[in-house]
Amino acid sequence: MKCSEFLALLDDVIDDSITAEVRTDLEQHLGRCGHCEVILNTTRKTIEIYRSHEIYDLPPGLRERLHAAIMARCKKGC
Amino acid sequence: MSAIQAIAGELEPHPDVALVDRVRGGDVSAYDTLVRKYDRQIFRIAQHITQNREDAEDVMQDAFLKAYEKLDQFQGNSKFYTWLVRIAVNESLMRLRKRRTGKMVSIDEDVETEEGSVPRDLADWAPDPEQNYGQSELAEILRKTIQGLPQGFRIVFVLRDVEGLSTEETAETLGLSIPAVKSRLLRARLQLRERLSRYFRRKKGPGETRNEK
Repeated sequence: MKCSEFLALLDDVIDDSITAEVRTDLEQHLGRCGHCEVILNTTRKTIEIYRSHEIYDLPPGLRERLHAAIMARCKKGC
Repeated sequence: MSAIQAIAGELEPHPDVALVDRVRGGDVSAYDTLVRKYDRQIFRIAQHITQNREDAEDVMQDAFLKAYEKLDQFQGNSKFYTWLVRIAVNESLMRLRKRRTGKMVSIDEDVETEEGSVPRDLADWAPDPEQNYGQSELAEILRKTIQGLPQGFRIVFVLRDVEGLSTEETAETLGLSIPAVKSRLLRARLQLRERLSRYFRRKKGPGETRNEK
């Protein structure tokens, strides 16, 4: 496997949708290529960080305002 | 377990279906349950697209009100959540168009379509790099970094990786082909990774020399 082939497979690797055969090729490549290993690990970490950190909190009072708006709409006929 | 039970198990409806049915039957408290379940996600998506807090607040309200009014049109062949996300994405894009008065805004904007080249910055990251920053500083880094992505990449990354839609659901929501979603997701992931490397790369110790290519 070449680095460009690894890159084309990167999303499938991260999403765990590769065949056992491809996985063997991949592991061999990663064993030899530190750069691709870094790309894989840091890309995984990128996704994990964005998943696990709330960067936009729900503004205070918004939930209540939405509830009031729905109730007002409901009075016109649920 | 008998075959029939197994089949019945597979067909067990999503819990939202029962809530939607209750709302259709006039139980508005069931809609409150749906709102509380998804309001954070819908607000986040709106904020990522509009990049403006006031707009995101309006979009969240409008999306839930519109979904409530149009609930009869919800077919149940997609999940309630993905149907709601589609409404919120459309509302967000409409809001952007209004702000940019007349200028067309679409998710195709600013997207380079060339395929990925091997990334340049290949420095490894520190272990648990986010530990080096305080909570609010880290949030600021993550916000600034994702805001710098082209719109068409950012939406795909947010829906697919942050909010957990499948590739197919993301494609359907954005009106894109599956290969287009895949190509944008790869570019988005690589660009974010490269931009975050500035903050998260392993610091060189005093005795180490630079040997990067």
